[in-house]
Amino acid sequence: MSPVNRTQARPRDVAALAAATLAVGASFGAITIAYGLPAWLPTLMSVVVFAGGAQFLAVGLFAAGNPIAAVLAGLLLNARHLPFGLAVADTLGPRWRDRLIGSHLMTDEVVAFTLAETDPAARRRTYWLVAVSLLVAWNVGTVLGVLLGGATGDPDALGLDAAFPAGLIALILPSLRDRDTRLVALSGAAIAVLLTPVLPAGLPVLAALLGLLVLFRPTRRAGGGRPPVRASGDPEEKTC
Amino acid sequence: MLIVAVIALGVGTYAMRLSGVLLRDRLELSPAVQRLLPMAAAALLAALAGTAALTAGAEFAGVARPAGVAFGALLAWRKVPFVLVVVGAAVVAALLRLAGLP
Repeated sequence: MSPVNRTQARPRDVAALAAATLAVGASFGAITIAYGLPAWLPTLMSVVVFAGGAQFLAVGLFAAGNPIAAVLAGLLLNARHLPFGLAVADTLGPRWRDRLIGSHLMTDEVVAFTLAETDPAARRRTYWLVAVSLLVAWNVGTVLGVLLGGATGDPDALGLDAAFPAGLIALILPSLRDRDTRLVALSGAAIAVLLTPVLPAGLPVLAALLGLLVLFRPTRRAGGGRPPVRASGDPEEKTC
Repeated sequence: MLIVAVIALGVGTYAMRLSGVLLRDRLELSPAVQRLLPMAAAALLAALAGTAALTAGAEFAGVARPAGVAFGALLAWRKVPFVLVVVGAAVVAALLRLAGLP
């Protein structure tokens, strides 16, 4: 647990992500009101659902008068949290309180920040720091969006739609130094992008799990006993 | 009806989040399978980044967003601090939109 490895979750990085989350949360609140939906709806959703992508998808379908489709589409989009839960279960630990609360706060960015750490104690700290920061930012943003309406501006004009994928890429990049992880992740991403025009929202991302099949390619090397992610002795590991 | 739908979505989402966490205990995973879990998460996160960067709904996104993300990815690869990656991607996308690109 040398400090040089704790490079990912600097408070200013989390603050940058929280600021972007606040702005997108505000646009979620404003868009929901602009659809003519009641003011309690976005606020309640940000508390009980707390999953940005599914919330945007669902309010679009609510506005179209199709609440059942909204629920089904939202659940399909959120199904990725099950494998995420498997991956971060060790970080949340055995205490029921941590598991019950921590599970609700699980988001893509929390998982990405957490898995970017190697040390278990740093992972735990990072999980809670990012989770609580984003929960507060998302909910405050939603309320601001409801109150301010159209005055919150268009997040796309600020380029925030580019900020989130870039942030995810920055967080997973270190793990891609491992050759197998790189192959799996890039194949999965390619599968998801190619399937997006033909499958309903949510399924393409789940289909990325098929990327794991590249590990069973015939030319696979013997001995899978290496530690997951990060080959040791990589001189670049300490920088950044 | 609306409130029932929101609660159903919230409960269902929570159930999926929690079941992954709880299943981890129930499953006796061999080290080889345990090694796959962070890889599966990396594949899902890479897919989220890829689809969010390149697609909007079922269509391919315009120019500004993919260009902004590509600039951010380049900065990340050059080991520029995270906060600058995020801001750099946003600034490039915003400037390209200001210049009239989709």
